[in-house]
Amino acid sequence: MNSHVSSEAQPGQIGPPIAHHMDPVTAYHAAKLGMWLFLATEILLFGGMFAAYALYHWMYFEEFHNASRQLNPIIGGFNTVVLLFSSFTAALAVDAAQHGRNDKVVKNLLITIVCALIFLVVKYFEWSAKAEHGLFPGTSHDGIAFNSPEFITMYASFFGLYYCLTGLHGIHVVAGMCLLIWVMQKARKNRFSQDYYTPVEIGALYWHLVDLIWIYLFPLLYLVG
Amino acid sequence: MSSYAANSPVTGDHAGLNYINCERGIWSWLTTVDHKRIALLYLFTISIFFFVGGIAALLMRTELARAGADFLDPSTYNMLFTLHGAIMIFLFIVPGIPATMGNFLIPLMIGAKDVAFPRMNLLSYYIYVVGALMALIALIPGQFIGQIFPIFGKFLVSIGLPQAVDTGWTFYAPYSLQSGTAVIWMTGAAFVLGFSSILTGLNFIVTIHKLRAPGMTWNRLPVFVWASYATAVIQTLATPVVGITLLLLIMERSMGIGIFDPKLGGDPVLFQHFFWFYSHPVVYIMVLPAFGVVGEIIPVFSRKPLFGYRAIYISSLAIAIAGFLVWAHHMLVAGISDTSAIYFSVITFIVAIPTAVKVFNWVSTMYRGSISFETPMLYAMGFIFLFMIAGTTGIYLATLAVDVFYHDTYFVVAHFHYTIQGGAVIGLMAALHFWFPKMTGKMYNEWLGRICWVLVFVGFNLTFLPQFVLGMEGMPRRYFDYLPQFQSLHTLSTVGAYINAAGYTLALLHLLLTAIFGKTLAPDNPWDALSLEWQTPSPPPHDNFEVTPVVTEYPYAYGKPVEGDHHA
Repeated sequence: MNSHVSSEAQPGQIGPPIAHHMDPVTAYHAAKLGMWLFLATEILLFGGMFAAYALYHWMYFEEFHNASRQLNPIIGGFNTVVLLFSSFTAALAVDAAQHGRNDKVVKNLLITIVCALIFLVVKYFEWSAKAEHGLFPGTSHDGIAFNSPEFITMYASFFGLYYCLTGLHGIHVVAGMCLLIWVMQKARKNRFSQDYYTPVEIGALYWHLVDLIWIYLFPLLYLVG
Repeated sequence: MSSYAANSPVTGDHAGLNYINCERGIWSWLTTVDHKRIALLYLFTISIFFFVGGIAALLMRTELARAGADFLDPSTYNMLFTLHGAIMIFLFIVPGIPATMGNFLIPLMIGAKDVAFPRMNLLSYYIYVVGALMALIALIPGQFIGQIFPIFGKFLVSIGLPQAVDTGWTFYAPYSLQSGTAVIWMTGAAFVLGFSSILTGLNFIVTIHKLRAPGMTWNRLPVFVWASYATAVIQTLATPVVGITLLLLIMERSMGIGIFDPKLGGDPVLFQHFFWFYSHPVVYIMVLPAFGVVGEIIPVFSRKPLFGYRAIYISSLAIAIAGFLVWAHHMLVAGISDTSAIYFSVITFIVAIPTAVKVFNWVSTMYRGSISFETPMLYAMGFIFLFMIAGTTGIYLATLAVDVFYHDTYFVVAHFHYTIQGGAVIGLMAALHFWFPKMTGKMYNEWLGRICWVLVFVGFNLTFLPQFVLGMEGMPRRYFDYLPQFQSLHTLSTVGAYINAAGYTLALLHLLLTAIFGKTLAPDNPWDALSLEWQTPSPPPHDNFEVTPVVTEYPYAYGKPVEGDHHA
């Protein structure tokens, strides 16, 4: 980071936005610390559900394994690869921004966003298939309604947790996409340079977290069976 | 203490302009990103909720003045204690000191121009407002209001106001899953309010890390900033857990998935674990900043350096950390294992150590000081007295065998109010009086301030000391009615509540009217205090300091001759 460039920067030109209360170097470090703290809150948000998962997996070992077999690890694995790849392109976007290559930032972020979209589409078909099999709230299969006593003896609370975990993760995918689209728009206007690439970096940081959470969700939900 | 020249003559375009009069109009307030103005927005909003919550408390105390049903029916009573608890906790005291005094003071105390993310600061205020409106929808007891004001009641019914929540502010499952009231609105509100709290905490942490003035090392930070830092850590790390808990509760209620409902393979005790994992640390969100306030006030009015400065700030951090490890002491009789009950009991005792360190240091600061009893000092000393009672009765409740008897009695109610009202609210009152000249540029009336303090202090003790005795005699909390032998103490408590309410009303009206119509202008440094916020004009200019200050010493080097003598 180099601070002297900013003093000449005008709105709409290359260079960090001018804050009245701190210099650009401080602003960069402040934004990064802020995002790391925000990621910590996200981990604690999911942490509650992981704790619930740990408890119920311990209480209902057989049922959870039973239920996990209802999920398709190949589809889940495909989505894992998609997200991992999207994290890779997000990292490439940061590298491009640090070298002032706004065109490359746009390309890499576009791939990241498309990957996110693929992930969501796959997830949508996965959820719909579950609904067809009577494994969704409000549906029933062979006369066994979702969360009826019979259903609970078979699967315990696995599917409730499954929808909460993947649903909340899905919301984070959407939020991450919005964030990256906003960053991409800035890149299209050539806003980034080696002196100013904060939004790309914090956007990518957020995206890595979305990816990281999925890396934990995949084995816990798909592979325990 | 600093090379920044106090009372430096203001020249040029900025002459006479401060953060209050630099822009005019309601719109300039609603869209401001100035931390000082946002602090006042918060202060104004939380004061309204303080009165709403207070009125609910008075209604309950009036009902309880005599045994039997007087003018409330039991279900309305349930709604009122929920309203009182939820409003006072989520809308008033959690943002209470951090979002008001913290917002105003942290940048001033560390010599910064603003918080790190000013726009996010405003965003967190509006998130708070949205959460507050959701909470009001969930909490207004329409039927009860309809009894008093039929037309207004009809209006509330006609706009489809849901049945007011009756679960208590803790939303324990499985009742919160079954109650036919607006639980989703209220838990949704608490989730949104939590988000506001997280953003405020995050903003403060980054501000304190990155925006300290030259020379403002960690060992020169005012203790209020240290306390706010510890608070912000809790806000950021504990709040997401209650957020997910409430989301799961909402999902469970709306979609019938089984997380906390034992019928669906859930575990209601897990809800309690999650809830208290946040809601125990949250009491430190409420009271730690008050510790900070007292730490600022005591040395100023004792004219002595703060005794054990390092011990005080380390104890703030220790309380923040220990606060994360004690949550299940709220559940000692909820069916957790004996082993974990013993663990949580022991760790809870340990919290008493850093708290006592603070109290001993404050008292040592006052020892042989040249103490003067202005209103802020009276509140600060009242704080020490009340918090001693709060802390020691907390030890009773942490003791396993004793808690079996005291759990869910008025003893808990009294203990809790001594910590939160006697601690956090009295701390906020101390802060409001102490920094009032800085915030408004006016001086309040000292004698009126002292009289209000007497009303608050006497009224408070009269309300809650009898409740300790009631609890020991076995009076359960949250009951609408009671046995005849509790009559006299309940009446006494109700009388105290009215005196207490009169004290707060008078004190806040006094400050509000002085702020608007007051004629006595405050000097820049009326208390001869040494911390940075007093070295800039009252009220401060938009950018806080004309020149960025350079700090050379910690802010409690009292006892040296001070230039100028405004001090009585």
